Amino acid sequence: MKYVDEFREPRKADTLLRAIDKLSRQLKKPVKIMEVCGGHTHSIFKYGIEEVLPEAIELIHGPGCPVCVMPRGRLDDAISISQNPNVIFTTFGDAMRVPGSKTSLLQAKAQGADIRMVYSPLDSLQIAKENPDKEVVFFAIGFETTAPSTALTILQAASEKIHNFSMFCNHVLVIPALQALLENPDLQLDGFVGPGHVSIVIGTEPYNFIAQEYRKPIVISGFEPLDIIQSIWMVLQQIVENRCEVENQYNRLVEKPGNQVAIAAMNEVFEQRESFEWRGLGEIPYSGFKMRAEYAQFDAELKFTIPNQKVADHKACQCGEILKGVLKPWQCKVFGTACTPETPIGTCMVSSEGACAAYYKYGRYSHIAKNMIHEKEKVRV
Amino acid sequence: MCLGIPGQIIEISNVQQKLAIVNVGGVKRQINIACIVNEQHPVESCIGDWVLVHVGFAMNRINEKEAIETLQLLEELAELVSHQQ
Ligand code: SF4
Repeated sequence: MKYVDEFREPRKADTLLRAIDKLSRQLKKPVKIMEVCGGHTHSIFKYGIEEVLPEAIELIHGPGCPVCVMPRGRLDDAISISQNPNVIFTTFGDAMRVPGSKTSLLQAKAQGADIRMVYSPLDSLQIAKENPDKEVVFFAIGFETTAPSTALTILQAASEKIHNFSMFCNHVLVIPALQALLENPDLQLDGFVGPGHVSIVIGTEPYNFIAQEYRKPIVISGFEPLDIIQSIWMVLQQIVENRCEVENQYNRLVEKPGNQVAIAAMNEVFEQRESFEWRGLGEIPYSGFKMRAEYAQFDAELKFTIPNQKVADHKACQCGEILKGVLKPWQCKVFGTACTPETPIGTCMVSSEGACAAYYKYGRYSHIAKNMIHEKEKVRV
Repeated sequence: MCLGIPGQIIEISNVQQKLAIVNVGGVKRQINIACIVNEQHPVESCIGDWVLVHVGFAMNRINEKEAIETLQLLEELAELVSHQQ
């Protein structure tokens, strides 16, 4: 078993789709199911899953893409750190093209800042070891999926006493974001496809409030096409049978209590911020991590002076509505005209997990999106 | 961002720092395996484990039994769906 191809088999997908079709005929009204995670959004478009579902099922693309929710102000802060003459600024490739209020990291690099793409925070630590006379900063972004890796890297730096290494911490948390969405009266959702990799870390119990308090079904899902289609089928079953439960489709990786080593590392290094700003969604209480005081020497926010300013989103940008699932990407007036992956105005067009980029790239599969793009007037901003 | 890729651990490269070499679709790279080791499953016993790799870390071991069961369920569903038609 290679755990990839087995979960892409068309014959099984066909079975599931037939089962979904049958179930959907028992629905009393059309349903909206949100996939929270950007990785799911990407797979859904890549495999054209939206296109093969019955009309009664609408998929709403949620805010689970860490790049998409990065506010402009935090990006400006990152860029300002990178512009310190003695700094090597390291980042995942995903963050390179996110527009700040004036430039992106990619543009800052072209203007001379020493910005390097790394695959892992450990690569960044290695750069620090190799450049003892430089300050090496890692741009820590991501949900609970990624936070344990950066926490373990900090612990490693602490044990090896590497003092020229720090992190600009922008980790965000899924549960508070989901809570904020559920409190939003604009959003009438009937169920969730829950984030798979976040759940490897946090387990399935933190989602109980969704089923118990908000009475919505949620199915934790893997990322291969069969995983996602099966999860949609499971959500639909709950809806038809009038059940609200936390179910786990991804049980080959997600265990109920989560991963204890990962949770311990995260709790050791990070604590929740009282509030964190999300692009498009605004301030959400306790929705981000900061470094604990014990690890202050690795905290780039304390090591460097940052502008620390809030910057409103671009006036044409409707990423907030996209991230909440209230608007579809093609409903934004600059989608595909002024805003493209080459010249992104909003973050949802930057990351391959953003709904706008996914619609743009795989739009050929989507009849609705295709027609809408052709009918649009050219807009300049 | 939250992308994870399955790979198989083929060698332990540093016991103390919990580093291992993993084969991800034919590409070999070093990853940190701290999250998948504990007293019952020490570093040395990780060779052969299938894990999910994310930003240079093994996030968890892949449970083969559960994977088989998931696929088995779909086989059974196929029979059910075809019977009903
Ligand atoms: S098309 Fe561009 S500007 Fe409009 S919502 Fe998407 S990313 Fe934002």
